[in-house]
Amino acid sequence: MSKISRRQFVTAGLAATAGVSSLAVAASVAKRYGFVPPDSGGIYGPGETLTYATQRLFARHSLAREFPRSMISKVPFANAISPLNDAFKRLQAGAFADWRLSIDGMVARPASYSLADLRSFPVRSQITEVVCEEGWSYVAEWTGTPLFDVLKASGLLPQARYLVYFSIDPDWWESIDMADAQHPQTLLAWAMNDGDLPVAFGGPLRLRVPRQLGYKSVKFVNRLMVTDSLKGFLSALDPKSPNFGYAWYAGI
Amino acid sequence: MRSLKPEFCRAGPCYASRVSHAPSLRNQGPPRHTLLVRVTHWITVVSFVALLITGVEILISHPRFYWGEVGNSGTPPLFRIPIPSSRATVPTGYGYVLPDQNGWSRYLHFEAAWALVLTGIVYVISGLWSRHFRKNLFPDPADRTWSAFRSVIAKHLRLAPPDETASRAYNVLQRVTYLLVIFVLFPLVIWTGLAMSPGFNAAVPWAVNCLGGRQSARTLHFFVSISLVLFLVIHVAMIFLSGFTTRMREMITGLAAASQERTIEDRT
Repeated sequence: MSKISRRQFVTAGLAATAGVSSLAVAASVAKRYGFVPPDSGGIYGPGETLTYATQRLFARHSLAREFPRSMISKVPFANAISPLNDAFKRLQAGAFADWRLSIDGMVARPASYSLADLRSFPVRSQITEVVCEEGWSYVAEWTGTPLFDVLKASGLLPQARYLVYFSIDPDWWESIDMADAQHPQTLLAWAMNDGDLPVAFGGPLRLRVPRQLGYKSVKFVNRLMVTDSLKGFLSALDPKSPNFGYAWYAGI
Repeated sequence: MRSLKPEFCRAGPCYASRVSHAPSLRNQGPPRHTLLVRVTHWITVVSFVALLITGVEILISHPRFYWGEVGNSGTPPLFRIPIPSSRATVPTGYGYVLPDQNGWSRYLHFEAAWALVLTGIVYVISGLWSRHFRKNLFPDPADRTWSAFRSVIAKHLRLAPPDETASRAYNVLQRVTYLLVIFVLFPLVIWTGLAMSPGFNAAVPWAVNCLGGRQSARTLHFFVSISLVLFLVIHVAMIFLSGFTTRMREMITGLAAASQERTIEDRT
């Protein structure tokens, strides 16, 4: 082996210092601008961070593909759900007339909406694909209230970073960042393919997040919570969550 | 010999480092595989094995394949793999359901994919820069004929032992195979994999549309992966047949066997 000259030693030292400090700068910039997902710790953190940062950097505002009416699946697939609880069954008996969606947390005006209230917001219809992490998919037309309009009506506080959304099933919730929460295609869907949203597909109210895998589209949504931290709510940190062990960001 | 001491380096070009390249000092040619090729090779091996294991884990949650945009347990499959599934909703004909391993499998699959892609970028850029592809992998003009192909294949079929040049340089069949793996199969498997990502498809819709849809991309991802596994099996079999210890030493330390000190780069 050749000996390392002083010049090479100094150059290598400078390069290493520059490398380490630029990594540190990159890490702090990434954190500052929201390029680090909440499950960035642990052995899978680097991969998750690369995926999330890349998509947020280059594709923050991209729109999920929408399809022509002719491509709506004749046989949409309703994935298995846990048995519905008594609270749900009571509301179902009353044709969901008493279903409420509450919004709280970092908003200026916490509120609670009936399904009829939600229908009085601007309505959006979109034909998008439900993509399950298992591999299967279907295309359906989803009609509902853009989440963005509901958030706007409640007045997001500037420190808002995440939206946690809860199912009436107490063990089921998910969370997304503000890029997806304020995305025009993120929909509080109450109708599907020209009819009310069937219970098997999440009726009466499902939050559709079409830029992410199906497990982020929680069924039977009845509460939205705006927050600046997912501590205690992040699926990967909380083994009670149905998503325990699954990636927080499912845009892959 | 005092002049070789490092103190004299102060005065200008470093004498010691210049002398160390003199051929008389050490009879050690350039390595059979460069350090960069060796490091990227082994990172790729680890990533590929991780991708393969986790890919199978993910596959068993829905061992059915479709063509077009959509497909699910309610639609007829293009074909299905006759194995049990890790999901009760998939009709497999088996009376039991395997444990769900998709959580860590998906995490590891995408992290290994990042490692593979970043390593691949470094390898391809350095291979173009150092003319590694042109010198060692692109077939010589004389070999770009069917008869050259036929003769290599015939040698393999006769199980003829490799001659001196053949063990130092890649034959035309190896070259074409390596080029196919590097420039066709790996790009295809990355592309078809990305075409299953809802976030990527939102950003680059044509990448999935031109494959015929999301389920087509998934089916193609499966077949390209099978092709890569086929390559892996043959690659490892050939390493055993052509001398496991020598081949492994070359790819780990870079040192060629004593009888073949010249690097493959020296051949041209």
